[in-house]
Amino acid sequence: MSSQLDYLKLRVAQGRMSRREFLGRAGALGITAALASSLYTQAARAAEPQKGGTIRMGLQGGSTTDSLDPALATNQVALMVIRLWGESLVELDDDGGLIGKVAESWESSADAKEWRFKLRPGIQFSNGQDVTAEDVVATMERHSGEESKSGALGIMRSIVNVDAQGDEVVFTLDSGNADLPYLIADYHLPIQPNGGKDDAAAAIGTGPYILKDYEMGVRFVAEKNPNYWGDIGHAETIELIVINDNTARVAALQSGQVDMIDRVPPRTAGLVARAPGINVHQTSGPGHYVFIMHCDTAPFDNNDVRLALKHGINRQEMVDKVLFGYGSVGNDTPINASYPLYTEIEQREYDPDKAKFHWDKAGVDEPILLRTSDISFPGAPDAAALFQQSLQQAGIPLEIKREPNDGYWSEVWNVQPFCTSYWGGRPTQDQMYTTAYLSTADWNDTKFRNEQFDQMLIAARAELDEAKRTQMYADMGMIIHNEGGLICPMFNDFVDATSDRLAGWVEGVNGFALMNSYAPLRMWVKA
Amino acid sequence: MGPVARLLAQRISLGLLLLFLVSILIFLGTMVLPGDVAQQILGQSATPEALANLRAELGVNDPPVARYFEWLGGLLTGDLGTALTSGQSINEAIGRRLSNTLFLAFWAALITVPLAIFLGLLAVRYQERWPDKLISATTLTTISMPEFVLGYILMFFVGVRLGWLPPTAVGFRPDGDLLSRLESIALPVMVLTLVVLAHMMRMTRAAILNVMQSAYIETAELKGLTTFTVIRRHAFPNAISPVINVVMLNLAYLVVGVVVVEIVFNYPGMGQYLVDHVTKRDVPVVQACGIIFAAIYIGLNLTADVVSILTNPRLRHPK
Repeated sequence: MSSQLDYLKLRVAQGRMSRREFLGRAGALGITAALASSLYTQAARAAEPQKGGTIRMGLQGGSTTDSLDPALATNQVALMVIRLWGESLVELDDDGGLIGKVAESWESSADAKEWRFKLRPGIQFSNGQDVTAEDVVATMERHSGEESKSGALGIMRSIVNVDAQGDEVVFTLDSGNADLPYLIADYHLPIQPNGGKDDAAAAIGTGPYILKDYEMGVRFVAEKNPNYWGDIGHAETIELIVINDNTARVAALQSGQVDMIDRVPPRTAGLVARAPGINVHQTSGPGHYVFIMHCDTAPFDNNDVRLALKHGINRQEMVDKVLFGYGSVGNDTPINASYPLYTEIEQREYDPDKAKFHWDKAGVDEPILLRTSDISFPGAPDAAALFQQSLQQAGIPLEIKREPNDGYWSEVWNVQPFCTSYWGGRPTQDQMYTTAYLSTADWNDTKFRNEQFDQMLIAARAELDEAKRTQMYADMGMIIHNEGGLICPMFNDFVDATSDRLAGWVEGVNGFALMNSYAPLRMWVKA
Repeated sequence: MGPVARLLAQRISLGLLLLFLVSILIFLGTMVLPGDVAQQILGQSATPEALANLRAELGVNDPPVARYFEWLGGLLTGDLGTALTSGQSINEAIGRRLSNTLFLAFWAALITVPLAIFLGLLAVRYQERWPDKLISATTLTTISMPEFVLGYILMFFVGVRLGWLPPTAVGFRPDGDLLSRLESIALPVMVLTLVVLAHMMRMTRAAILNVMQSAYIETAELKGLTTFTVIRRHAFPNAISPVINVVMLNLAYLVVGVVVVEIVFNYPGMGQYLVDHVTKRDVPVVQACGIIFAAIYIGLNLTADVVSILTNPRLRHPK
């Protein structure tokens, strides 16, 4: 037992295990919580972050066409740049809860219609200006209204009014929403001086770094903000280099040109991990790959067809052959264990007999047409071919049509009745369902319209009793699982890699890749 | 006006006409692509509202003919406009990108052209013997492989395994010192060299061999000159015209066709810039890049034409 405990302590000392994980694993060894807690503190002290040095990242997703305006951020690189210079009112913590950033504390009225955020006293923007409640109000204003082209516009729709009251900001909603703090934790919403109305792309915020030099889609350099209020941001300089080519990104890490990369291709992740001095990190998240059927279009308007296809997919095979094990099986709902208030549903297995039963019952005699493209998710055409084979065993004919990458999101996705796609997931179940499963949602890409589901979603939103809310989400999950147009074979893990030059990686951080994009801020260069 | 000046004027005006036609083609091409710039900027997460707002702001609702002439007017006054997606000046961005691409192409050409011609001469000198066969086999092998495969192979062996050179160009800084810049582009230059070497080398070899059949070469040999001198003094000058042609074509390729190499090695040149903007349907930038690439291509071909006419008296005085 002691050797196991030493191992756990080592993981903590390396900064590679969160407190929660340590307490859980130590508890399994029969150690009391109090003792485990003090052991953790002891071990973690050995892993004091070191200050200074330069962290260089090689990331995928940036483009010459990007803008520094956070409202227009759509990719991993833009998000990472925002993390460097800006902060939202609140942000996600490691376990999917919330942590105060520009706001110090927050509370809601009993009906969750009014939310008050108290600002952290004495913090400044990187241009030396004090942060005021008016700045927060202006920020929210810039992202809402008919004129806005912000990626956060959908979030802002339910907010009726934002008001500055001294050092507090009061949000008033059109209906109760227990998840409001999650909504405004969105990365499009860093607080900017006067809301960025004067210069949206100035990259001035309250973050731990100040952007010094950049060329869009190529490279960004940021230096430590000397007036930063918090205790993250250990390196003196952070350099972000856009490397979109998978092989080049891995080569740059292996040769020491960069210290950290995202999106290691699952196909080669095993090989990369074997290279000396490189650590590959696998983090499960809410992202999932999907086959989506339009519930209002024949033949998918027949639930038996939908069930036939759901029973006819071999999920484990897809995880093994498309994700190379870097992921987990899905269960025809968009929700997995990374969401708060998650309830497990009995796993739907591959069952050709049941698939055949539903197919015969539906009595469709034409082959199903599936549209796919590599851009819908990496390996989508392979997944489609696997699906074709597994359906064949049930006697269900599937035709595959390869579509060009160009224009897939405008011409195929959300337009054609059956295609492959992906979802990055959302921090809460309410957000995920509201974005894509509410009858009136813009991106209701399965054209799923269920009155009962809609009512439950609105009711759950305003429900502050956690147990009741959990039950509501479990019931809604069952509706999607049994009647929805979503076939979700797999949740994809984030696969990142860091070099031995850095320490401080924490496993299992919720949110986006690279520790929810905090890796460069929370890791440090080893002395 | 002398015949040479007239010839030049004729060729240049033809080139300009060609450029004008190309500009129309590029414009039509960008219109045919599915999806539009607003859709591409907002990506999968576009709402109808946000789309409409953005379209109005970018002015893409104007009729295409009006947009084309507006752009043409700007082009003639030297203003390429601003990128729709980032709002930055295209002149500025292209200036930077183009100088990076030209830097890469220049060094690749500096190595490739003399090397190809020298290897061509060598192959003729040892015609049908092992040096000729070795040179041909090697260059034909490298030209047969796609650039990205060559790039990955060099990246893996020279960059990662041996660690001699940086595997990618991420360390490239336009304002860095020459040595560090050369180090960053060493592998891309190597790939480009391997890709264009064979074509130039084979053409040089073929052109000289053609001349070598002539009677005056036999005379030169009978005078007792060494084979190499015969090639250098008597055969090569007469083979210049086809060689210049193929050199110019390959130079154009080095500037215009480096897109794949730039992307594989993450080099911030025109290729990467163009590809990013094509996927975003940023029409002004695509047009600007297209017209610049076309101008370079037409310009180099024009030069090849003119030079081969000037070096060949038979072409200089057409009947």
